Amino acid sequence: MEQPPLLPHLFRTEFSRITAVLTRLLGVEHLEAAEDIASETFLLALETWPYKGTPDNPTAWLYTVAKNKARNYFHRQQLFSQKIAGQLYDEQSTSAGPEIDLSEQNITDSQLQMLFAVCHPSIPQEAQVGLALRTLCGFGIDEIATAFLTNKETINKRLYRAREKLRQEQVAIELPSEAEIDQRLDAVLTTLYLLFSEGYYSESHDAVLREPLCLEAMRLCYLLRENERTNQPPVNALLALMCFHASRFPARRSQNGELVLYHEQDETLWNQELIMKGAKYLQEASQGNRLSKYHLEASIAYWHTIKADTPEKWETILQLYNRLLQLEYSPIAALNRTYALARANGKTEAIREAEKLQLTNNPYYYTLLGELYRDLDNQKARQHFERALQLAKTQADKQTISKKIANLGYGGEAVGAGNQM
Amino acid sequence: MEEYMLIFRHENAQNQVSPEQMQAWMKQTMDWIGGIAAQNKYSGGNGLPFDDARVVRATGADAIVTNGPFGDIKETIGGYVIVKAGSVDEAVEFAKGCPILVGEGNSVEVRRIARGDAGQ
Repeated sequence: MEQPPLLPHLFRTEFSRITAVLTRLLGVEHLEAAEDIASETFLLALETWPYKGTPDNPTAWLYTVAKNKARNYFHRQQLFSQKIAGQLYDEQSTSAGPEIDLSEQNITDSQLQMLFAVCHPSIPQEAQVGLALRTLCGFGIDEIATAFLTNKETINKRLYRAREKLRQEQVAIELPSEAEIDQRLDAVLTTLYLLFSEGYYSESHDAVLREPLCLEAMRLCYLLRENERTNQPPVNALLALMCFHASRFPARRSQNGELVLYHEQDETLWNQELIMKGAKYLQEASQGNRLSKYHLEASIAYWHTIKADTPEKWETILQLYNRLLQLEYSPIAALNRTYALARANGKTEAIREAEKLQLTNNPYYYTLLGELYRDLDNQKARQHFERALQLAKTQADKQTISKKIANLGYGGEAVGAGNQM
Repeated sequence: MEEYMLIFRHENAQNQVSPEQMQAWMKQTMDWIGGIAAQNKYSGGNGLPFDDARVVRATGADAIVTNGPFGDIKETIGGYVIVKAGSVDEAVEFAKGCPILVGEGNSVEVRRIARGDAGQ
């Protein structure tokens, strides 16, 4: 493995840490300033390190610079006389500014509290994901724009409005109260789920971006697990789901970067350590009596870590999808449920059910129909695949469908509707 | 979009069934409900177990409590599902797939749920 360049690597990990600590110290209305201070710190590193050499302890260097910049900011803002000074005059000289605590514990606490602030109910879902990417994961505006298939201006506007909202609502950087925590935690988990899915299923083709996105979602989910108050069963269930999916990262890409579908993957490349971790988290998630959609999705993903096709596997997956759809409908769950139905109850019944779904704008709907008709009526299978090809949005999907058309009449193995990859 | 309740009416509910029959019936029911949910038309539902059921009747000033919905009535309600449907006919199409219909004499009653409009 090639060593990642030091500065971009540090940026991704340290940007969000510096931002979280400063925002917690200054208040949410200074979120953008905190981000600016973190950015300027890295800019200075970028300007000086190549000439003066990388410091012995790069992180300590960054923290020192960030602290100095933050103190300058306090002075400029005259926060000193208005807000913080009252408590600080006593203990510190006027020029020192407030204590900026960049200890491991304070960083972790700050990031966790920022996570709840970013996922505040007053902020639209899409903006929450964007803001989490920027503030908590240290993604650049360019990268976020790529992930959302949009441009920098749109993302900047979205983030600006989200920060304004945080300011208007005077969202406190703190863990929600006992009474609120379940509901607020639901919103946080939704955002982390979307963050992970953005990386895992993203239509954007930037492979370089996809895995870091997923890993960041996992890191934040892990933060929730590490805190006593937020270590709830749905958190562990979501973390288990992410582990099972992430275990297939090495198998999902061929050597020339193409997406390899689940059934064609070399399972010896699946990361067994992550699968075992996922199993452990899923077990812990089964404490308590609440069954979240993450429990069901994690169980489905668990069954997909067993490659051998047995009647038990597909019957269990079918029943899990039956329950998942009762909790929360989604087109992809409906399609995958129908695929499981074909495997458990046979194609004839699945075709009857598939035709009721009428997801006529969805390329995966026609891919599924094509799969179901394969070998029963290859003419119909071809028509459905061709319709899927017309509707497909990404190059990877088009390639997959073209391959299916080419393979018609040659038998070949059925492939799921798209969820498990 | 209206909501309709599909009410499962069982004849001879006290008939014994084997665990295998019970399991097969459970799977059919879950697959049926999953099929409705896959069309985004499922709103809710519950099974109503026969055991430990009571019937309360008024006789003058007193109420008489008897065990179970059985006894002098043969037919009883075993559960319900609430579906979203554009018309009663669409709701009837869902009801036709209900696995309890396999049992002789069983029926599914389809009733629109009043939306605070007193059934008008």
